[in-house]
Amino acid sequence: MSTVYNLKREVEKPARLTGGHRLCAGCGAGIVVSGVLRALDKEDRAVVVNATSCLEVSTFIYPYTAYMDSYIHSAFENSAATCSGVEAAYNALKRRGKVEGTVKFITFAGDGGTYDIGLQSLSGAMERGHDMVYVCYDNEAYMNTGIQRSSSTSRFARTTTTPIGSAGQGKKQNKKDLTEILVAHHIPYVAQTAPIGNFKDLHTKSYKAIYTEGPCFLNILSPCPRGWDYPMAQLAEITKLAVDTCVWPLFEVEEGVWRMTYTPKKKLPVEDFLRPQGRFRHMFKPGNEWMIAEAQAYVDQKWESLLERTGV
Amino acid sequence: MKSVTKPYRPISWPMKGAGGDTGSWRAHRPVIDNQICTKCQICWVYCPEAVIDRNEITIDYRYCKGCGVCAVECPTGAISMLKEEE
Repeated sequence: MSTVYNLKREVEKPARLTGGHRLCAGCGAGIVVSGVLRALDKEDRAVVVNATSCLEVSTFIYPYTAYMDSYIHSAFENSAATCSGVEAAYNALKRRGKVEGTVKFITFAGDGGTYDIGLQSLSGAMERGHDMVYVCYDNEAYMNTGIQRSSSTSRFARTTTTPIGSAGQGKKQNKKDLTEILVAHHIPYVAQTAPIGNFKDLHTKSYKAIYTEGPCFLNILSPCPRGWDYPMAQLAEITKLAVDTCVWPLFEVEEGVWRMTYTPKKKLPVEDFLRPQGRFRHMFKPGNEWMIAEAQAYVDQKWESLLERTGV
Repeated sequence: MKSVTKPYRPISWPMKGAGGDTGSWRAHRPVIDNQICTKCQICWVYCPEAVIDRNEITIDYRYCKGCGVCAVECPTGAISMLKEEE
């Protein structure tokens, strides 16, 4: 099957993530996971590996799982290592002719399991060159345990460990740029995407990542209505604003070549993305204008450097 | 729900409704107006719960949590959110 995306054709594929899981209503992880799994060809099977995360606790309730494919979870920090082990076992069995068909290996982990706790095993698996896809669904904090800050949390964001008060005004540090860390591993495919529009961007990147031989990495923005504090029905709006304000640019790096996959028609001011979210509410209080100015300056600086790299 | 086959094994089975009947979480019920619906299937793409039937465009209320993402995303405004009766 070609990589050309046709929504009408994609809907004919069987759903690989079933309904009735325990993710919150309006959770971004649900559409991210079903969007990535939809990129698999109909006849191919997958092994889904999951780090401990919101996704794990809500889709895997013993003795049931919400995945139609094989599923494995072991711990928070070693999802990439688990996946590489399964992949190595599969290769050994395949050499002996004990398994048939194509099996793809996909790891899902949250930003806590990727940016912080699982970074060592992710780095190791990428360096060893296993044929797997590591998908980070980035909701910018440890949502599962009660919205604690992670190294993925944006600057000034309110979390339960970076509260607003006289001692502090949200997180003090900028977000870690994980996608660039993964680019530095010189793996075949690294991409940053988000579920926008008719999911063309998410789908084509997932397809490329799954069917490119070797380790591939996807970093996908996944809004969290509880942690980000916005009305749950606004899931797609928030994602679109993140992309259009260039807070979350969409790009891919294929064999070291940077390419921009979506350039907003009009680059919106970062306030548009911050205003609907309760976690940034304090930035709009009188006297805190400098916070918005600094956030805008940071986004502009990152965007300029990305434009330079992609040669747009 | 499917019962666990004996002897007990440390294996989970894939099934719909792994988390129970999550439709009971719902406060607002999405209702599709078939007169306006053009069957563009955008609601199916955006449904985090995968409860929308992709051909008929009907909603499985047993698992729908009523997040309202489909109602916001519907390009023709065919989906409205009605308050769930007690």
